[in-house]
Amino acid sequence: MSPALQGLLTILIGVSGCIGYFYFSNQFLDKVLFPAKGANAGRNINRANMVRPWLFLLPAMIALGLYLVYPVFATLWYSLIDRNQGNAFVGLDNYRQMMSQPKFWEAMNNNILWLIIVPAASTAFGLLAAQLTDRIRWGNFAKSLIFMPMAISFVGASVIFKLIYDTRPVDTNQIGVLNAVWLQFNGGVGSFLILRLVPAALVVCFVATLAYVGYNTASKRLRPSHHQRSVLGGVGAAGVMVLCLIGAVMGIGAFFGVFTFDYPYGEPQTWLTTPTWNSILLMVVLIWIQTGFAMVILSAALRGVPEETIEAAIVDGANVFQVFFKIKMPQIAGTIVVVWTTITLTVLKVFDIVFAMTNGQWETQVLANYMFEQLFRANDWGVGSAAAIVIMLMVSPILIWNVWNVRKEMR
Amino acid sequence: MDNLAGKKSGLSWAVNISVAILVLLWLFPTAGLFVSSFRTADQISSNGWWQSMFKTEQNVVLRTANPGDEGAQVVENGVYIMRGNLYGVAGKAEIGAWGVSSRAIDDYVAGDTVDLGDGQTITVAANGDYTLTSPTEITGRGQRIFATAETPPEFTFDNYRSMLFDPSNSEGMAKAFFNTLTVTIPATIIPIVIAAFAAYALAWMDFPGRAILVAIVVGLLVVPLQLALIPLLRFHLNIGIGKGYLGVWLAHTGFGLPLAIYLLRNYMVGLPRDIIENAKVDGATDFQIFTKIVLPLSFPALASFAIFQFLWTWNDLLVAKVFLIDSTGQTTVMTNQIVELLGTRGGNWEILATAAFVSIAVPLAVFFAMQRYLVRGLLAGSVK
Repeated sequence: MSPALQGLLTILIGVSGCIGYFYFSNQFLDKVLFPAKGANAGRNINRANMVRPWLFLLPAMIALGLYLVYPVFATLWYSLIDRNQGNAFVGLDNYRQMMSQPKFWEAMNNNILWLIIVPAASTAFGLLAAQLTDRIRWGNFAKSLIFMPMAISFVGASVIFKLIYDTRPVDTNQIGVLNAVWLQFNGGVGSFLILRLVPAALVVCFVATLAYVGYNTASKRLRPSHHQRSVLGGVGAAGVMVLCLIGAVMGIGAFFGVFTFDYPYGEPQTWLTTPTWNSILLMVVLIWIQTGFAMVILSAALRGVPEETIEAAIVDGANVFQVFFKIKMPQIAGTIVVVWTTITLTVLKVFDIVFAMTNGQWETQVLANYMFEQLFRANDWGVGSAAAIVIMLMVSPILIWNVWNVRKEMR
Repeated sequence: MDNLAGKKSGLSWAVNISVAILVLLWLFPTAGLFVSSFRTADQISSNGWWQSMFKTEQNVVLRTANPGDEGAQVVENGVYIMRGNLYGVAGKAEIGAWGVSSRAIDDYVAGDTVDLGDGQTITVAANGDYTLTSPTEITGRGQRIFATAETPPEFTFDNYRSMLFDPSNSEGMAKAFFNTLTVTIPATIIPIVIAAFAAYALAWMDFPGRAILVAIVVGLLVVPLQLALIPLLRFHLNIGIGKGYLGVWLAHTGFGLPLAIYLLRNYMVGLPRDIIENAKVDGATDFQIFTKIVLPLSFPALASFAIFQFLWTWNDLLVAKVFLIDSTGQTTVMTNQIVELLGTRGGNWEILATAAFVSIAVPLAVFFAMQRYLVRGLLAGSVK
């Protein structure tokens, strides 16, 4: 039987099976099990109504239990046993073995880099796009074009960007945009401006922001009226300050690095084989896709900001930037967190992009691809499951936070 | 908002330009792939796609017809003459300068008549027409012409023809396209039916444990499907489904359910209570309320989820790789086919670009047609 026919048949059986199940189970409940007539009519109706929700929920609960809940525990179990020793319980041996592999730590490092850069960049670009497109007449059109990559598969996007990163030998026409642009730089004034001055200025902005945040946190904690109310808050503030300090020191290092770095002018670069840069170029693919998502959600949030607050600020003499950073930003902070966490989830599961573009070579490995490799290439289910559990552990703070929020909402 | 009190922001031109730059930046990558899929292999490797829209100046080596061919030369008034076009047909390119030796490729301009020695002369016109005359019979191979020519942009459908409609092309996308379609449609429809009933129960039926179930669904929303691969594959192998369409449909159904239930429940909760309570008072059963009232009213949410699930299953690689594609490769889907082409035909951009665009085209069409529902679903689906 041809698969298409099989597909149609499945739709037919699946859909009619589901509807039939719901219909006949309800009929059975009302007519046979607890008929709403005779001596016990009232009691029967009540009983039927107690059972009915579970009839409606049953198929979904079976599917969820089998396809999502059971695998979590099964994977946990597989990560603790060894297939080659007749499924003997080996405790944390698989984890120990995983941690001894340099590829695992490479994947962890890269994943952390992804986790920092992709959500931050996507949210920032999304916020910028949302704020800008809300103010122009063709904004909706612009939005739908920036949003478009959402529909493109990670694999398709990989092909798109591989063309951009393509490299041809010296002295032939470059067909990848990145190399074509790169070869325009020759070490002259333009190169100095774009490759040294602009990055340096960005680094200065970054350090200044960090200094501002650090200073604000410090002055808030040290204000006499604001006594150390909670230990947790104090630790948090100290953490923020330390992070700012580290960031600032790294920023100053980068500032000098930008001026002393020896750019290989005039040579086409094989971008995807240059460690660290290649990871960032892979991240660009995901940022390109996720920016539209951030933009759509943030744009809705920005529209939800009450007009009065903005008008009041303008009447008080606030300029455009003050309105944005001091009035709008605090009011959409919750939405920014939602966008951030949603993109974080996507990043943790990112597989296709790395698989299609570098397959983890040249130090671009990430956890999901590492896991796939362990499972289906090395055929080591123990280590593969251990890697899956690591991904699960990284996701769980968000999971708990989400569940906690929903519980709060329903109360 | 900044037009407050009739004051137009002075920055509006700057905003317009910034948005234009942003949009172009975001479109540029896709445009590159799109344009490349209409170019021949030679064109793609000779210059960047962004140059394909303009006339390009190229140095080319052309050759007149072979004098030995029958009818290539005619005798007029005792002079052997060959006429023809260097490009085969006129108008393919415009020759500016030309020469007859590789060391002097721009000695002459179009229209010049040049003495080749032994009494032979050649005239080359701008459109490629040439006239070669000789007092004796012309022998040897065709005369080489080195020309600097302006080639107008040229696009072709050949890539699509060979990737989609050529049954002899083993790398073609036609089969993978149908396989993807076969995976996608049941995997989109079945979870909707199951989720709709569950969502109704969670939204409008009162029973103990409802809040906990909602919380569980929200929790499952973020469980990475990576965890499910090995246990489920084993499960499928054990119950005899193995790798195949049934397995991938079931897997997609399971993975799509949390979002489906969550989206639909949130939407159904917002439906007006009066309608449902009136129906109850009038004696409608839950089953009737669900099929006659709630389901039709929930159409926007159903559409939102359908689009999500469609895009997700169409674009998926991991689930298909694990649950569907066996060693025979008969059930390959488009994403997998593209990854394989990336491995084997890494430099053949005409193949890659066309394959990728075939797989991208359908989601893009769905996206632009149903964008409204997609946005609505996104807004409802991100946990607040």
